[in-house]
Amino acid sequence: MPGGAAADPGSQALDAGGAERLLATMWRIRAFEERLEPLKRSSMVHGLTHLSIGQEAVAAGVCTQLRDDEPVYSNHRANGHALAKGVDMGRLLAELMGRADGCCRGLGGSMHVVDVAHGFLGATGVVGGNLPFAVGSALASRLLGRERPAVVFFGDGAAQTGIFAETVNLASLWQVPVVFVCENNGFAEFTPRSAHTRVERVSDLAAPFRVAARTVDGNDVAEVHRVFADALTQARAGGGPFLLECLTHRLSGHYVGDPGGYRAAVEDEAWRARDPIGRLVRQADAAGWFDVERSRAAEEAARDEVEAAVAFALGSPFPDPGIPAELTYAR
Amino acid sequence: MAETTYAAAVAATLAAAMRADERVVVLGEDVALGGPYLTTKGLAEEFGTARVVNTPISEAAICGVAIGAAQSGLRPVVEVMFIDFIGLALDQLVNGAAKAHFMSGGQLCVPMVLRTQGGAGQRGAAQHSQSLESWLTHVPGLKVVVPASAREVAALLPSAIADPNPVVVVESKALYFRHETLPDEGVSPEPLGRARVLRQGDDVTIVATSKMVHEAIEAAARLSEDGVEAEVIDPRTLVPFDLPTVADSVRRTGRLVVAHEAVQHGGFGAEIAAEVQEACFYDLDAPIVRVGAPFTPVPLSPSLEDAYVPGAAEILDGVRRVLG
Repeated sequence: MPGGAAADPGSQALDAGGAERLLATMWRIRAFEERLEPLKRSSMVHGLTHLSIGQEAVAAGVCTQLRDDEPVYSNHRANGHALAKGVDMGRLLAELMGRADGCCRGLGGSMHVVDVAHGFLGATGVVGGNLPFAVGSALASRLLGRERPAVVFFGDGAAQTGIFAETVNLASLWQVPVVFVCENNGFAEFTPRSAHTRVERVSDLAAPFRVAARTVDGNDVAEVHRVFADALTQARAGGGPFLLECLTHRLSGHYVGDPGGYRAAVEDEAWRARDPIGRLVRQADAAGWFDVERSRAAEEAARDEVEAAVAFALGSPFPDPGIPAELTYAR
Repeated sequence: MAETTYAAAVAATLAAAMRADERVVVLGEDVALGGPYLTTKGLAEEFGTARVVNTPISEAAICGVAIGAAQSGLRPVVEVMFIDFIGLALDQLVNGAAKAHFMSGGQLCVPMVLRTQGGAGQRGAAQHSQSLESWLTHVPGLKVVVPASAREVAALLPSAIADPNPVVVVESKALYFRHETLPDEGVSPEPLGRARVLRQGDDVTIVATSKMVHEAIEAAARLSEDGVEAEVIDPRTLVPFDLPTVADSVRRTGRLVVAHEAVQHGGFGAEIAAEVQEACFYDLDAPIVRVGAPFTPVPLSPSLEDAYVPGAAEILDGVRRVLG
């Protein structure tokens, strides 16, 4: 199939161009978050900083296929989703640093990133809190006569909230084109999923509501891309809701500086072998698309972009003291 | 002059808003059937069930759907059938709706209205009788409107729907079927944040909300027989609160009684008292008196509930205390 993911939204088979775009996106997220950690530890980035290192395939496989007017709602672990959806890296970092040039003018920070121009309608600091927004957005589109899908990311922990069940039920009842993307990383904050539920898969929760669902290897960006492309095609055609569960693993703590004692049980090394970037490079190599040198070049470009973002963000002033009172109410 | 009721005014005002703006939709439990108090009567018949959306008993998700819909171009009016159930939707309202404009640096707006109703006196017991509006006044980003009559519904509900912010309108179930006469030419929308002086007087100021406005008018009539002229002010919106109108009155009368049906402890009357004493401490001739319900849940038994709910008698008692 001609064209890459971004150039031809909805194309289902990955080709060399599409794979390179996914590679570049994953490297941008990885490089950004690896740089965030020291910036956070030196108090240049403020607020809880949730990294998604190891989970980049989900953000890349999903967001790069969406148009700007197809909204994405995210959760507290939002950096990857935001970057993959097109949020400018410098403005994102400025936001995390609480600077005036942040995409939310320094008022929101990492858990509340919003960039309306790119259809990134927001992270949330309340687990599960954004789920119904996606249904509302899709409902609004339908009633305004411009049917378009909405996507909402959530973790396996959010599946234990009451609002998850309420929201999936409404999406099914109204048959709105919402794609629920679960990043099942096996941990709700510090606690393994097995201690929170006897439901094995989040996708198991969709069937009682008569919502179609699939569980995929969330560290295989090609698979995430392919299955999401199918879901998106159906959503764009006005199909009902779909739940895509991506099994993945975060290679870092719940947030930068978390106690980490629980991580002995996490089997990081086994998961490192399944690192989504390395896997894509091996797949590309086998397909004859590109080799590890191309990956190194993508990494270098990403790290250069990150350093430019750091310079931009550090050069931005702190916000005007009058901003909070000015923006508490819309005028 | 047009005869109406508070509940009929809600339905008529919603219908007018839906006729004027196709972005206005109504969501809630049983709304397509008119609801238990008939506040949405006739809407589904006129506008269809795509715009008058019956929902399951999922207050949190309904509120969240309204937030997402408001951010994507609709002007949803959500009904939470009793304010006693607002706790179920409070995370969405407080963490979602109220903060979206702020946290996004002004990019997002949430032009939604959440209609609900409160108040006791209907033998509804402790979980169907509360007046919880002060919870909502504590949240920056929300506006809180408490219409005391069909006239105020007609004046303020259109402004709430047109507002770019989330607005909670707390109606009064005890007033829903109170008959009222409105002018034939209708009531024009009035901006949120302006109090209304319902009766003028120079001896004492009574600030009352919702059902207590009518109790205050009754108390003022009785006081007048004794030669005491009370000024009665209905703030109409708690957030934003029209302090200047109240402070101007208190500077003249030197005495203030604040009356609401909510539990006195931690009620919005405490905020009014604090703001007024800061603004006009040296004009006060007596400590400000608050009238509200006792600090217990609302009881079921008629004898107990009748004693619980404050009314004109409690306001009269409060006025006598400030008159010394």
